[in-house]
Amino acid sequence: MPRKRNRKEQMLAAAQYPLDWLEERSGLIGGVRYFLFRKVPGDSGWWHTLGSATLTAFLVQLGTGVILAMYYQPDPNSAYESVQHITNDVTLGWLVRGMHRWGASIFIILMFFHMARVFLFGAYKYPRELNWIVGALLLPTALLEGFSGYLLPYDQTAYWATVVGININGTAPFLGPFLASFLRGGAEIGPDTLARFYSLHMLLLPGAILGLIGLHLYLVVRLGVSSPPWSEEAAGRERDEPPPVPGTGLVNPAPRGVTKRPD
Amino acid sequence: MEPQQGQGKPHLPPPSLWPVGFAIGIVCILVGLIVSWAAVAVGAGITVLFGFLWVRDVTGDYRHRDVGIEPAVGGPESATEGAPPVPADRGEAAMPPPEPGERFPRSVFLEGATLGLGSVIAGIVTVPIVGFSIAPIFQHQHHDEIDLGPIDNFKEGEFVTTTFLRDPSAGEISRRTAYIRNNGFVGNQPSFTVLSNRCAHLGCPVQPNGPLFEQRKLEEKTKAGEVTLIPTLPAGGFGCPCHGGQYDQEGNRTAGPPVRALDRYEFYIRSGRLTLGKTYSVSKVVGTGASAKIKKYRLAGPGQHVDGIEQWFYPLQPPS
Repeated sequence: MPRKRNRKEQMLAAAQYPLDWLEERSGLIGGVRYFLFRKVPGDSGWWHTLGSATLTAFLVQLGTGVILAMYYQPDPNSAYESVQHITNDVTLGWLVRGMHRWGASIFIILMFFHMARVFLFGAYKYPRELNWIVGALLLPTALLEGFSGYLLPYDQTAYWATVVGININGTAPFLGPFLASFLRGGAEIGPDTLARFYSLHMLLLPGAILGLIGLHLYLVVRLGVSSPPWSEEAAGRERDEPPPVPGTGLVNPAPRGVTKRPD
Repeated sequence: MEPQQGQGKPHLPPPSLWPVGFAIGIVCILVGLIVSWAAVAVGAGITVLFGFLWVRDVTGDYRHRDVGIEPAVGGPESATEGAPPVPADRGEAAMPPPEPGERFPRSVFLEGATLGLGSVIAGIVTVPIVGFSIAPIFQHQHHDEIDLGPIDNFKEGEFVTTTFLRDPSAGEISRRTAYIRNNGFVGNQPSFTVLSNRCAHLGCPVQPNGPLFEQRKLEEKTKAGEVTLIPTLPAGGFGCPCHGGQYDQEGNRTAGPPVRALDRYEFYIRSGRLTLGKTYSVSKVVGTGASAKIKKYRLAGPGQHVDGIEQWFYPLQPPS
């Protein structure tokens, strides 16, 4: 028996060692643990998962988009054929393209649900105003992803929808004509327009979204999750138990157990 | 100078120019490896000489202490730690104390220099990138005249759906469509109505409200690619499939969201061949066919007013 237990301990230590090695040199294990096991209000529920759902939808777009880019050809003469090739010839290509196409809509829909939740819960209020602003920048960036991605299949729908979309931009007063010219890459839609949209769609806008998501998550972790409006712990209400020692604010987090709802 | 007293104060080597000579020697060696062995020898000499002087300079403190400072007798402090540390502002190689009223100490200068140089570098890198991406807005596109073939292909009083390459070097993507009607002669001048099919609402392709005579289709080979000609009878004018804008046979808006009439092409007759020039915008056409009165406006994008109060929303147009 002792020998067997000894072996088990050895196995555990062997598994632990690389983690310890990483933690000692980078602090990553502690950081991930801090992120995953941070405190949230006891009465946060399913409504609070909409943000993570939106993030998951974006990661799906990222993954499927990278794979689609391996087969797609952003050239006016071969774009349509390459999309047909992905859909009909490449193994599971129809699935990856479908995930990317439908996932785009799901991403936007979830984003609006998430925004509605934040708005209706009043979670945009002090001190989280800046996070609302970052989210308000994420929304148009994601919509631009949809607009630029719509051209890429290069069928009749894609082409004329983009013509209309660019011309809607062109009707904006004063700078509209220049904005439309920038999107087209010239006075007329030409060979450069598709490559321009492709570059915007898979380099510039995803980079911007990743950066904004990083900022968004940093603020979420720093400021914490807000309680729902029906929470017993909402600000300004009397508590059953005596208020805890100083340090229940955001700057000095409350000690463990204080944020639990009194039973 | 007291090197390494073990009291948390770093040992500051005295300022010295010898490393500069040492580095020059190294460079000489590296250059000599490519150029000539003589340069290597010279470089090696410089390196060794300045290296020796540098080492001598750096270790001077240790040698000086061994000779000059006797271990103190009796004092427990000095017995264990040697001589007391020299304050930072004393000693031969110490930095001078900052002047009390000094406005720009060295650290501030270095900070400013780093930020300034960094922004200069960032600007040098950014300007061409941004210019590269927005330059097409401000560049004129040179369009050659478009040869559509002999004017005999256009029967008098009949609209012909004509497609052609606007810019043959760009290929099929620049294929455009015009509805062209031969209005006959006015005096001895031929007259044509050449309507662009780009809807004045948001740019979709307008279609003739009437039959296309596919069996009378002509394909004309010209220098600038293939021109297709299909006679049509737009009895109900032209309509846009996207948002329902309607136009009459002169291109005037009759219903729906368009803000003006259809654009038109300038045309010329070159050796009996119909040739298209620039596109221009039209607000409203008065009269019909050869007797129509048309005020030409500079080509504007779809959805943009060219007259009335709303024209002031679009005071500047990018070159087309």
